Amino acid sequence: MSYLRKVAAIIAKDIAAELRTREMLSSMGVFSILVIIVFNFALELTDRQIVLTATPGALWVTIIFAGMLGLNRSLAVELDKGCLDGLLLTPVDRSAIFFGKALGNALFMLIVEVVVLPLFVVFFDVPLIRPWVMVIVVLGTLGFAGVGTLLSSMAVNTRAREVMLPILLFPVAMPELVAAVKATAGAMAGLPVSEWQQWLTLLIVFDVILVAVSFMVFEYVVEE
Amino acid sequence: MIHVKGLVKSFGPTMALRGVNLSVPEGQFLTVVGPNGAGKTTMLRILATLSRPTQGVVQIGGHALPQGAAEVRRHIGLVSHQTLLYGDLSAEENLRFYGRMYDVPDLDARVTQVLEQVGLAHRRRDPVRTFSRGMQQRLAIARAVLHRPSLMLLDEPYTGLDQDAAARLETVMSTVGTEGRTVVMTTHDLERGLAVADRVVILVKGRVAFEANRSELDTAAFKEAYRQHTLA
Repeated sequence: MSYLRKVAAIIAKDIAAELRTREMLSSMGVFSILVIIVFNFALELTDRQIVLTATPGALWVTIIFAGMLGLNRSLAVELDKGCLDGLLLTPVDRSAIFFGKALGNALFMLIVEVVVLPLFVVFFDVPLIRPWVMVIVVLGTLGFAGVGTLLSSMAVNTRAREVMLPILLFPVAMPELVAAVKATAGAMAGLPVSEWQQWLTLLIVFDVILVAVSFMVFEYVVEE
Repeated sequence: MIHVKGLVKSFGPTMALRGVNLSVPEGQFLTVVGPNGAGKTTMLRILATLSRPTQGVVQIGGHALPQGAAEVRRHIGLVSHQTLLYGDLSAEENLRFYGRMYDVPDLDARVTQVLEQVGLAHRRRDPVRTFSRGMQQRLAIARAVLHRPSLMLLDEPYTGLDQDAAARLETVMSTVGTEGRTVVMTTHDLERGLAVADRVVILVKGRVAFEANRSELDTAAFKEAYRQHTLA
């Protein structure tokens, strides 16, 4: 229970700081809306087939780039005044710090997605509000936030950290994102689960691998 | 309390510490001085379990590092030139957060107590970013002593403070931060460092170049020793 209390304390701290500034959610939200508008104008929306094909990709591009903004901000908060050192000084299992930060990052991404999904429905007229789509979005977000938290902790010690994070993160997260896009397309089109189950399975497998590896190596990443 | 033998720390080809030997008995105040790049902060970060030694033995309270780091962290308080405080949270929120991380019993009362000790009880609900540098450093002391550590590590705590703020911090430090504790402090301020110390060490190029008890030195002799060893 003590372990979970520490994880909850880190999440609560991040929420309290965000409620005070709203820097992370506002930047992620505004960015997402702008991306949706750009896609809306750029894609030929009169062709239904193009819309159905392009929307899952556009959705995940929006999610991961907005998530990247959130990860950078989350990292900046811990870098300011040496707060990451303050966290590492506490007698808390490093994995609790990892899960606290990762779940906090995932939470902020999910809050933005609550706004993004209905906007996609409005702008693209696609059936995204479906239980399976929700499941896929949550799974993809958890995996992305998990590995993103690990790699942002690595990027902390580099000079061009804002540039380094996407360079490190995208190749590692790519298989998971491909699986998320494909599974979203299947779920959105209303196809039977059996027709896109392999992508869902792949997404879950990558989630487990990414989070497990991040959990195992976080301690070595954050210590000099 | 602290036993360091043959401590080496390298960052790639750069060696920050080249075989440091040091012993600090319980209750002693050790001041470590040295020029920039001497390895003072690196040594303190290793003692604080934030960095792993490349080679050598480091024991704190009978626990070897890095294996016993988790247990050692319960007994360490760190005040550095960075405050380790979240600027967007209030003073009280910062202390309550760290108190939860350290499992501090009766947290509300303890937070009130340390805020009163450092003279910030009246600003407890204000965001830390609105505090002056001196106030932030006093709050950093409150954070560092919140869990009643037996070992205080002070890494150039007076950096960036004007004379008044430094004097006030010194008072708070001596009454709240260091009283009855084992202390290791790094500083560039030779006079202040010598005034508060039981023992002083001059670190040069990753090695202990000079070591003496406070009783064996006056300020002039200490400055002369510093000049000789850093010019060599």
